[in-house]
Amino acid sequence: MREIIIIGSGPAGYTAAIYAARANLRPLLIASSVEAGGELMKTTEVENYPGFADGIQGPDLMMAMQAQAERFGTEIVLDDVTKLELDGEVKRVTLGNGDVYEALAVIFATGSAYRKLGIDDEDRMSGHGVSWCATCDGFFFRQKTIAVVGGGDSAMEEATFLTRFAEKVYVIHRKDSLRASKTMQDRAFNDPKIEFLWNKEVVHIYGDELVTGIGVMDTVDGTESTIDLSGLFIAIGADPRTHLVHGQLDLNPDGTIAVAGRSSRTNITGVFAAGDVIDPTYRQAVTAAGSGTVAALDAEHYLAGLPKELLAKAESQSVTV
Amino acid sequence: MSTAQDVTDATFADMVLNSSDTIMVDFWAEWCGPCRAVSPILDAIAAEHADKIKIVKLNVDDNPQMAMKYQITSIPAMKVFRGGEVVKTVIGAKPKPAIEADLAEFLV
Repeated sequence: MREIIIIGSGPAGYTAAIYAARANLRPLLIASSVEAGGELMKTTEVENYPGFADGIQGPDLMMAMQAQAERFGTEIVLDDVTKLELDGEVKRVTLGNGDVYEALAVIFATGSAYRKLGIDDEDRMSGHGVSWCATCDGFFFRQKTIAVVGGGDSAMEEATFLTRFAEKVYVIHRKDSLRASKTMQDRAFNDPKIEFLWNKEVVHIYGDELVTGIGVMDTVDGTESTIDLSGLFIAIGADPRTHLVHGQLDLNPDGTIAVAGRSSRTNITGVFAAGDVIDPTYRQAVTAAGSGTVAALDAEHYLAGLPKELLAKAESQSVTV
Repeated sequence: MSTAQDVTDATFADMVLNSSDTIMVDFWAEWCGPCRAVSPILDAIAAEHADKIKIVKLNVDDNPQMAMKYQITSIPAMKVFRGGEVVKTVIGAKPKPAIEADLAEFLV
């Protein structure tokens, strides 16, 4: 048994690990098998993370966080959690490879998962012209016409990034104004390759083997029209990734995990949550990192209050069961 | 570093299309984070099922012809070839059990 297990490897998870490791709690961090590093692994330049005056590449930032967590003794496992048993003093975490780990405290920092449009053929055409990752797939749309759906920062970032490859980039948004920050908006507005289609919703994806076009509906007058294009990048936000804790942890109506006040404490003693999985509002790398700090400090405080016999068990048997 | 052999536009016919083995081609690129994540998983699958399936890698930056021919629009993309034909396509970085499930028919 261990003192603490951290689930998630974005800014919240790694920052929690840095704090917990520096407090000598020898954290185990379950990083996921293919999504280690989280959302920032799919971004390019990060310009708003403090301390990097000239910006830093998202993947480089995450590698640095991982190295910092490991430097103080965090053990990292590249696998996925398949089952969580959070009731009771000892929490059990089961991984995809069948290994089971036990700990007195768990920090849940699984972030969020891309939202889908929820229309026919979206899944079928995924990887055949429909994409959620501009940095991964933009390369394949040289001199092509493509569209980005969404009105937030990530939609603007993707659209701007995609102009490196594409001949023309439509930005399709169902409202007539953007949620994105002023800087990102200006960058997109000033880009000659980007054309905004306001008050439009994507209702069809056309194509047999590959995407050949989309159908859009005007959200004001309901008229439908068709746009010929070869790529559709979906950036309409994300939902907190909570399927592992359904029925165990209390959720808010917006789907985030409920925590007490400004703390990271969930409804189960010894279980803490941090990052995008508790944040419906800000969802920045730096707020997630701050949230990870809160969770590590809360967990540290909780562990300090546990009976000595229990802690001794965690210290003496820090091995896989 | 992956243990899989590289295949190129020039060697594709020899190594993949004319092979009598079941061969999975992993279309990837240096700049693709998910490709790097899935690479060790493919290595593990190849090692565990060496008698059933061979896995080779094609860098899409260096080998645009095959990437275009097989209509790659998203990577990682893994295509299984038998007798010169694509018999299965797996797209995206997924955990090992999910990829094994996708490839089940070739691993038995």
